[in-house]
Order: sequence, then structure tokens, then C-alpha cells
Amino acid sequence: MSLPSPHEVEEAQREEVLTSGRPYEVLRALRGSLRELVRDKAGLFGVLVVLALVFVAIFAPWLAPHDPSRQSLSDRLVPPFWESGGSFTHVLGTDNLGRDVLSRIIYGARVSLLVGLSVVLLAGVEGTTLGLISGYRGGRVDAWIMGAVDTQVAFPGLLLALVILSVVSPSATSIIIVLALNGWMVYARMARGVVLSVKEMPYVEAAEIVGCRPRRVVARHILPNLASPLLTLAILEFARIVLAEAALSFLGRGIQPPQVSWGLMVAEGRAYIFRAWWLVTFPGAAIAITVLGINLLASWLRVAADPQEREKRFAATARTGSVA
Amino acid sequence: MSGEVTPAWKHLLEVEHLEVRFFTRRGEAQAVRDVSFTIDRGETLGLVGESGSGKSVTSLAVLGLIQLPGKITGGDVRWKGRSLLGQGGERYARSIRGKELAVVFQDPMTSLNPLFPIGTQIGEVLRYHMGMSKSQARTRTLELLDLVGISNPAQRIHQYPHEFSGGMRQRMLIAMALACEPELLIADEPTTALDVTIQAQILELLAELQERLEVAVLLISHDLGVVAQVCHRIAVMYAGKIVESGPAEEVFPRPGHPYTMGLMRSTPRLDLIQARLVGIDGAPPDLVRPPAGCPFHPRCPLAVEECLEEMPPLEAHGGGREVACWRAFTEAVGAEPGAGSTRG
Amino acid sequence: MPSLKLSERSPERDRRGAEPLLIVRGLTVRFPVGRAGFWGNRRLFVHAVDDVSFEIFRGETLGLVGETGSGKTTTGRAILRRVPIAAGTITFKGNDITHVDGDNLRHLRRDMQLVFQDPYASLNPRMKVLDLVGEPLVVHGVVRRIREARDRVRELLELVGLPADAVDRYPHAFSGGQRQRIGIARALALEPDFIVCDEPVSALDVSIRAQVVNLLQNLQDRLGLTYLFIAHDLSVVRHISHRIAVMYAGKVVEIADRDEIYENPKHPYTQALLSAVPIPDPALQRTRRRQILRGEIPNPVDPPPGCRFHTRCPIAEDRCRTDPPPLEPKRPEHLAACWLT
Repeated sequence: MSLPSPHEVEEAQREEVLTSGRPYEVLRALRGSLRELVRDKAGLFGVLVVLALVFVAIFAPWLAPHDPSRQSLSDRLVPPFWESGGSFTHVLGTDNLGRDVLSRIIYGARVSLLVGLSVVLLAGVEGTTLGLISGYRGGRVDAWIMGAVDTQVAFPGLLLALVILSVVSPSATSIIIVLALNGWMVYARMARGVVLSVKEMPYVEAAEIVGCRPRRVVARHILPNLASPLLTLAILEFARIVLAEAALSFLGRGIQPPQVSWGLMVAEGRAYIFRAWWLVTFPGAAIAITVLGINLLASWLRVAADPQEREKRFAATARTGSVA
Repeated sequence: MSGEVTPAWKHLLEVEHLEVRFFTRRGEAQAVRDVSFTIDRGETLGLVGESGSGKSVTSLAVLGLIQLPGKITGGDVRWKGRSLLGQGGERYARSIRGKELAVVFQDPMTSLNPLFPIGTQIGEVLRYHMGMSKSQARTRTLELLDLVGISNPAQRIHQYPHEFSGGMRQRMLIAMALACEPELLIADEPTTALDVTIQAQILELLAELQERLEVAVLLISHDLGVVAQVCHRIAVMYAGKIVESGPAEEVFPRPGHPYTMGLMRSTPRLDLIQARLVGIDGAPPDLVRPPAGCPFHPRCPLAVEECLEEMPPLEAHGGGREVACWRAFTEAVGAEPGAGSTRG
Repeated sequence: MPSLKLSERSPERDRRGAEPLLIVRGLTVRFPVGRAGFWGNRRLFVHAVDDVSFEIFRGETLGLVGETGSGKTTTGRAILRRVPIAAGTITFKGNDITHVDGDNLRHLRRDMQLVFQDPYASLNPRMKVLDLVGEPLVVHGVVRRIREARDRVRELLELVGLPADAVDRYPHAFSGGQRQRIGIARALALEPDFIVCDEPVSALDVSIRAQVVNLLQNLQDRLGLTYLFIAHDLSVVRHISHRIAVMYAGKVVEIADRDEIYENPKHPYTQALLSAVPIPDPALQRTRRRQILRGEIPNPVDPPPGCRFHTRCPIAEDRCRTDPPPLEPKRPEHLAACWLT
């Protein structure tokens, strides 16, 4: 038998506060996490990138210096301000139609965020629900759902999306739906895995013996265990979706002009890559930094959610005295 | 050990003022506080205590296996007179661990590699530590399995850990620990995961091996019965401290510390008729903020003013007995707690 | 404690002639573990519980003792209708409950509860004590909202010796013994008549065990509860049981009054089990004649023919290897399954 050590207890306490505590307790628990975040440079970078993305997307109309779709034939292919011929009117230059690159990147963040969030939400809800049913019910239902998962996983997702999008007209909405239909499987697998392990916990049996109906058992006793792994997975998926949207738009089966998307910008700039490097580089860098930042955030969250790992980090940095 | 040259050291293992702390965000947990004991050749010491008493941490410290967030913050551990701590000491510890100093843990499955047959794993130890050839190792492995009471060893060495029952695996581990003819065997709750009839087998085996091979044993257990069966001397730990120690024959019939008394009373006895069990009220203290004075005083039926203020030292009471209590050997009068209303 | 029914009957059992609260007859539980044979046409089963019969009277405690693989836990789960029953009947309060399901089964939970072995894993770490102990009341419609259960939960906590202000705390704030008290309060919430205690103290520290055992006894006296107390050795059950049944490899090998079992064990396995528990007195322990069993419990997929204990029995004869001995009276109120006693 092993009693939980004091720090495990402490961790459990914090986790509970975060999932179900009163507001001021949540703030207190979060403050501890923030202090550690400042020490973890990579994690801090991830958090800042994601915060910046959200900020830029929300306040795009105020932040963008120009209308992203306003063309100006006299200002075509202006380089960034530090190159000769560049100016602060167009900080990152203009494209072949004279549209401001910085403004387009700022508005492009909106598309990335919108598509990413919607897909993660739709696919997450669908996959988690099916995974919960699959894991808790077991038997034939489980076989059916997992069969569907395996079949779809075996088929290349992006190819399927391309096929569908060449039949239906591509738009933000259709991209979201197609990507969501493509991305639910990971959630289903993860949810099922968690359910299968938690289902054997004595407290789940206790709930059943006390007389809880299956729906209550799943909602009250099993679902909360999904919160932390689901969050990490959703964030990683978000990065994948940002890339997928960029890829689809780049291939011309995604976001259509006059709407703006980073992938579309790269595609449009491709023809001018030797004359105007900034058309491909800046949206490309935006994609890369966003994806990197999201991944760093996810890996930080994984560590932050692992009490043992955190405790080790704490002990390594604390003054631990010396052997007498 | 008659006829041998007297060695330069006095005790096989000496633990002196050992202090281990765990650095957690809640604060420093004082897992082991000022623990001293010795083990001589061929002697069996039982370290008894409940969860959180520091008994297992003590054994890990002796083995040099304390890892962050835990750390040895004071005291010394000496093997044959040489320290196992500090820079040179750690190298020394590595050279004797698994060889002169062997260990058997509670859960045999985690100590065995599931991917290799049992014979290969024991043979590996022999070839690594004893420099044996493959065929020598095989012969010795068969001898060892026979020694720990495994029938048909020639066949068994080709089987994998999962093909054995818990009791058999524990025998394997004991065989592996004995492979290099250690001088001290540390057994950390070796029978806790086993059924009673299997526990009886393993305890019998330990006692028999101890007598035959003259190996010293440090037995760590929460079960007074187990310790009584195997050990010459016992040390009782509570909240990171040794509160009582002495020869088993003396301590069990006449415990001196109220905690030992309480522990004895809480243990159900098959040989006595007890109408009701008498437990110890309350729960063990928080090691981050241990109570002032004697750590047992909040649960002690004999506690007086003095116990709240000052930690009683471990004092000799004759016959090799030591008790850390201001009121040692005082029988509790009317210590009949209203069990239903007490908090556990 | 007005809302808790106090026992009208004395805890002293007057069971002769009385109708038992629970009757188990020929209970058999098998778990499929795969197939064997060239075509996979032979199905393999773990014979967890095989033809087990006993009864428990109102207000008494039956200790069910056995080692790993004896089927003691499965027997408890079968009575609670948590595992599929292959054969036999379970009669509770005069009703056959062997095959009840759906809402009837849920209703049965009001009368039959379980106290778990592991006080850590059996309490949902994300729920407050109020929600944990009050949940049975909500799901059975005793109260509509958890807030209405508050007073009742406080009563229950006091009943098990916890401070009433524990309602708003999480399980991690409590020690092992206190958590086990929370688990007991939850089991008591619906005022059941019968509680299966599945090794409720074996995960606790020695000094805490006595507290919980005494609490269970006090509750039995006050509320007239009936227990099936499952344990893995004969030490703790002695203090709480009125009668004791010993199981080995899925079978009950001996069943008798408590003192009878300890003073006059008839089955060689019971005798070995008694002598296997170490006594914390070195002088006594060294002189005591101990019987140490060789070998291990047989494979439950393919149990040995005849008496299942014959592979380890020190006195087994030829007959024991072929014919299974029946569980029959050896003395008044004392049944044992052995040819040789």
C-alpha cells in the first residue's frame, strides 16, 4: 500500500481547484502555475505566440494599417521597409496587386484561428462522444465505432479532403466541415482509452453500486478525467489544422479570394518568389511560428499537468542544502 | 565468526544520525530524522513502522537510491567502516551494491525484466559481478534456485517472470539477491504482496537461509508478526525517528514506548481472546510540519506537558534496549478509547 | 439521528429458527478466458466460484476468508449482482434476486451496499464529500438537489465519527482511515440492511485498522446491519464475525461459528491458514507448531479433480484425488468439506 505523498495531495488539490473550485481559488492555483511558466522559456514563448495570435485575430480591423483587399496598381511589389524602395507605409511590402502584406497576414490570422477553433470544437465533440460511448458500452457498439475509426484512419485524410472539396465549392464553412469529418478519430481513440482505464477504477464501480445510471456515471465520474489529455490533444490538433488549412488553400481548394489566408498568400506569392521574396516568406513564417508556438504550449501543458515532473523540476531548482 | 582475524571495522553497517528530506513545494518533509543503528555480521534487524514512518526511505538511503525530490541532508552511512556518502563514497557504494549488499523489494514483478527468461537474468548478475563463465553461471543458477526451494530448476530457468506466481517470483528475487553471496540482505516488505500461506513459506525460507549462509538481514515491515518471526533485534520507527529499539525477545513482551504498546495492541492476535481491538487514536503527523516535542504526543495516552515541549532522546534502558520517551515503560491506565467516536 | 432507523432488535443473534436475510444456493460464477483445441472449439473458463452455498442471518456478520484466487471477492460481487451468474440462486429478504435487472436492480441497491478495499481509489478525487456521500440520495430521488442532502450528509458523517464540516472538503484532505469512514458513510446513506465489506481494512495501517473495525461493529449494534465481511486471512475477521466461512479455489471448505473455527478447525486448509498468521511474540512464535503449506493455489482454469486442496494437503489420500468431498456437518453448526475429518 502506498499513501500519497504530501506533494501528490497538493497536486490533486490544485487540479481539483482548477476543474471545480471557486473563482478565487482558481486564481490562486493559476498564480502558482504562472510563476513556473516564467521560468520555462519555451513554454513562455508558446503561450505568448498563442496569445498574440488570438489578440491579432480579434483586433484585426484596428491593428491592420490598410484594407487587406484594397488593390493599388501603383504600389505593386513594394519591398519591406528596410529594402531599398521600401517605406513605412507598407511595413512588410505589397504583393503583385499592391495589397499590403502585413494587413493581409493580420487578417489571415483570423481565418487560421476560426478554422482551427471550429474544427477542433466540432471534431472534438464528435470524437469524444463516440469514444465515450465506445469505451463505456463495449461489445458490438465498440466494434462498430472503432471499425469506422480504423477505416478512416487508413485513408489519407488530406487526399479525402481534396476530393470532397473539388466536388463541393470550397469556402471557410466547407473546409471546416471537411476537416472536422477528417479529424474526429484521434479524439475517439483517446476518449475510449481513458474510459477503458477509468472504468476499472473502484470509484466508478462505487458510483454504479450506489445506483447511478450509465449517463450519470459517464458524465460525472468518467468525463472529468478526459479534461487534461483532451486539452493537450486539442491544442496539438489545432496546430495540425492550421497547417491543413494552409495546405488546402495553397492547393487552391481552400479559402478563396478575396478572402485572405496564409496558405493562399504563399500560393499567390509563389510566382514572384525570385522577384519578391517577401510574398512567400512572411506568411510562411507566420504559419511556422504559429505551429511552433502551439506545439511548445502543448508540451508545456503536458509537463504542467504531470505532478511528478513538476515536483522534480521544483526540487532541482530549490536550495536543497548539502550533505553534511 | 570464530577463528577469523578481527577486522578493522566494528560493525558491518553503521547508520549514524541519518537525515533525509524531501523538497516539495509545500515545504521540506523530514522523512528521516536523526536515525542511527548498526547491523553486525549474521544479525537480523527488523525495522518496523507504518506508512510514512521513514522505514523504506531509510533503506533506500542505505542503498544510495534516494533521488530528487529526496536528499540525504545529514549523517553518515558506513559499510565496513567506510562511508557510502559523498563523492568517493558513491563510487564505493556502486561497487558493493548488488554484491556485498543485496536487496529484495516488495513487488517482484517490477524488479524482474519481463523480456528475459529467469535463468538469463540470474546468470547475468553472476557473470557481471562474479566474472563467471556462461557454464559456471548456469551451474550456480541451478544451485541458487534449488537453495530457494524451486523444484525442477533446470526447466524453470527457461521460463519468463510472468509464468511464475507471486511467491515464486519472490523466491527468484531472493535467489538473485543471494547470487553474489552478499553479507547484508535488505528485504523491504518482502511478503506484503503475498498471501498468508505463501508469506509463511517465504519467511521460513528467509530464516533458514539466514542461518545457513550467515547473511545479515535488514527486514523492513509494517507487520509486527513478520518481524517477530525472523528478527533478532527490532527498531520501531515513527514519523521519521526511531522511537524504540532492542532485542526482539525483550521488546515484544514488554514494549517501552507507548507507540510500540499501541501497535502491539492494534495487531489482532490469533493466540489471544480480545473482545475488541484497541487502536491508536488519530493519524500519523504531517512530516512537513511535525508537531513540536515528541512526534507521537498528539496520539499518546500518556503524554504530559514535557512531551509537548521537548523531543525525548533515545535513552538506554538496560539489556540493549533504547526508548525515546519521557514516560518509557509506563503502562497506560484506562486507555480504552471510545473507538466509534474517534477519528481515523 | 431521527432519520436513521435504529435497531429494534438486539444485536445478539437469535438466528435459530429465524428466516435468513440472504440465502446463497449453489452459486457458480465462470469467466470466459478464451478458447482451446485445434479449431478453438473448446471454450476455457476461469472457475471463480463453484457451487457455493451459505446463508446470512439478520444482524450477523459472516466472515468470508480466502487467499488470492479463492473466489471470495467474486462471491461478494455476485451477491451484489455485479458479475454474471452461471448457476445457483441468491435469495434476499425472501425474493429471488438472481436475475433482477434494470430498475429493479437499481432499487436493490437501496438495501445492499458495498464498502471497498482501497480508500484512495474508491472515492472520486474530483468530488467533495457532500457529493460523494449525497450522491446515492440524489440518484434514488430521496432528495432532488444535492443541496437538500446537506443535513443528512452531516448526520451520516457524525455517525461514522467524522466532523460535520468535512462536507465541503475533498477526499485528499483526509487520511486513509478517514477516507474509509467516508466510504462507509456513503454505503450507509440509503439505509441498507446488508453491506458487503470487501477487505475494508487491509489497505490501512495497523493502528488505524482497529478504529475502522470497531466503527463497523458499533454501527452494526446501532443500526442492526448485516455484514458479509471479506478478508484474506483469519486475523481481523475474528474480531468482527459471528460466523466464518473459509474459501479455497472457488469452494467453501469450512463454515462454522467464529470460536468453533478458531478452537476446532476441521479442514486442513483452515488449520494451515490459522498457523500461517505470524504472532507478534518471538518466544511463542518460535515454539508454536507451525504447519507450512507447500505449493500454490491451483490454476482456476483447470482445477484439480477431487478435493481442490489435495495438491497441497499434508494428509491427502487417494480418495481425495478423485472424489470431491461434500460440505457436510462435522459437529453441530459446523460444516467442512473433507473426507478425513
